[in-house]
Amino acid sequence: MLDLSRLPSLGEALRDPMIGYKSNVALIESDRERENGRWTYRELRAEAERVGARLQAGGFAAGDRCAILMANQSKWIFSGLGAIWAGAILVPLDYKLTPAEQAALLAHARPRVLITEWPAWRLLAREPQVPQSGISVWVTEAPADADLGRAERWEGPAGRVFRPVPRARGDLACIVYSSGTGGTPKGCMLTHDNYLEQAQSLGQMYPLAEEDRYFSILPTNHAIDFMCGFLVPLLFGAAIVHQRTLRAQYLAWTMKRYGISHMGVVPLLLKTLETRIREKLDALPDWQRKIVDGMIQTNAMATAKEPNHALSRSLLGSIHDPMGGKLRYLFAGGAFVDRTCAEFFYRIGFPVAIGYGLTEAGTVLTVNDLKPFRGDTVGRPLPGVTLELRNRNAAGVGEVWVKGRTVMKGYLDAPELTAEAIVDGWLRTGDLGELDASGHLKLVGRTKNMIVTEGGKNIYPEDIETAFDGLPEAQESCVFAANYVWPTGKMTDEQLIVVLRPKGDGAVAEATLVELRERNRRLADFKRVSGYVPWPREFPRTASLKLKRLVLARELAALDRHGAVKPL
Amino acid sequence: MSDTITRLIQLAGKRFKVDPAGLRPEDDFFEKLRIDSIQALELLSDLEQEFDVEIPDYELQGVKSFSALAAKIDQRR
Repeated sequence: MLDLSRLPSLGEALRDPMIGYKSNVALIESDRERENGRWTYRELRAEAERVGARLQAGGFAAGDRCAILMANQSKWIFSGLGAIWAGAILVPLDYKLTPAEQAALLAHARPRVLITEWPAWRLLAREPQVPQSGISVWVTEAPADADLGRAERWEGPAGRVFRPVPRARGDLACIVYSSGTGGTPKGCMLTHDNYLEQAQSLGQMYPLAEEDRYFSILPTNHAIDFMCGFLVPLLFGAAIVHQRTLRAQYLAWTMKRYGISHMGVVPLLLKTLETRIREKLDALPDWQRKIVDGMIQTNAMATAKEPNHALSRSLLGSIHDPMGGKLRYLFAGGAFVDRTCAEFFYRIGFPVAIGYGLTEAGTVLTVNDLKPFRGDTVGRPLPGVTLELRNRNAAGVGEVWVKGRTVMKGYLDAPELTAEAIVDGWLRTGDLGELDASGHLKLVGRTKNMIVTEGGKNIYPEDIETAFDGLPEAQESCVFAANYVWPTGKMTDEQLIVVLRPKGDGAVAEATLVELRERNRRLADFKRVSGYVPWPREFPRTASLKLKRLVLARELAALDRHGAVKPL
Repeated sequence: MSDTITRLIQLAGKRFKVDPAGLRPEDDFFEKLRIDSIQALELLSDLEQEFDVEIPDYELQGVKSFSALAAKIDQRR
């Protein structure tokens, strides 16, 4: 059984497996149907130490920050591990953000080293906000004739000696940005203790075997994959598999080729997989479909109490075998998981463990234990997590507050935001939930003004409303999550709306709407507003002219949503 | 309109069942085709077959219009 209790740091915890499992395969990277490479634990250690030695040769010391901006691939793991062993505070950045957003986070985090890849750097290098001094930039896989500017090649010569740097449980291990690309960046400061505690409880609940293979397809910079697709598999001597494309046909190929046993998914990906499986089932001749439906029914009954992989596979080989036949668990989180989708997967023998967490609290606060499977809740709190519902209404719904050793130290350089989020040691999640008799948490809405997309992205209206500043013929504007103003009790199909105050007393001018639509189009699809509310009065503001968002939200809430929100 | 854009619009319209006549080069294909990022990757696979090129996923970063996507294809032909 995994026991991390005596280990002082993440680095120490990750060094033991390098010796204990030295001949096991640690990492496989594939690009479509080409295997780019595979590395044993011994080889992984050598690659990571090469990174560590190079960092140290450049004067990198304990507590220095090292940002990583890469899609999922082997060099992410080499770099992350090498930097952790060199005593770094890792700053994993989201490669799906725009270069301007990445540059803003870099300026905020002030890392000593940025490790990135060529497709990202060629765009990022043009951004004026990228710090020009005090930061070394290493770029992987740059073409031979590429102009790297002031950056160096990741593949450059290593330092000669590597000395692992000891860290303590209370030291910072990572700064992970949970949001704030437009407003104040929220860099969650997470300690070695936070990560070790999380790995310990998850590892006890869902232990991996040495022969298991975890398919790392959610971005490694994201809390879920950082824990489940990087740290946990290595702690168990299992293998991490990367695929350089996220196209569905290659995902299925990879699962089959490498016998994937575990993977983390967000709802969007789960739905895509469901569609593909349903299409295949629908294409079966009637007689065959009837047999499969019967097998699905038998499987659902036989696994009602708990999953039984061997049984499910023997009953439903025609569904399991094209996906490698070894898939035991899908971990779903990052956004609200549709119950019927999760139930579909369970019925065909792929248990979906639905969890709930915040970057501010490591990875996961609650998760389903699958005994029995439930698609309607996000599970019970993990060991070590105390969960309370505060300000409960008559129906028992309250705001989720949590306490435990996985809760972050605070936000980097943002004491006011930290004080709002952590009160007397309790993390206010801003999510509304209810607990059932068995202690399972159901989420029903939010107290905070934000939405989460099906792809798992947190979108804060404050971060995007600058996009609508200075609209012609408009005096002011403000963006809200519609579900925050008019709670629906659901967390699906969340939308953003913009409140517009026109100049003069008339209606919103056509010129305003034309420009609004144009600017909306330029935003990433998941950041777009879906409608607008004409607002005839001045926005409520404080003496220092700061918008009183809550007051405005209450005034809006008094209106009928369907009458108030006009489509764009 | 370049040959690449014309063929791209035809193909995209057909795959996602949108009338190509209503699609313009400067249009945002996520919006006009009503597709998400995973479906956009499927479109890339179709384009690879049509134009006999390999387009890595990262080429979609920051690309929204049919014309910008067509430029990415032309760079690789």
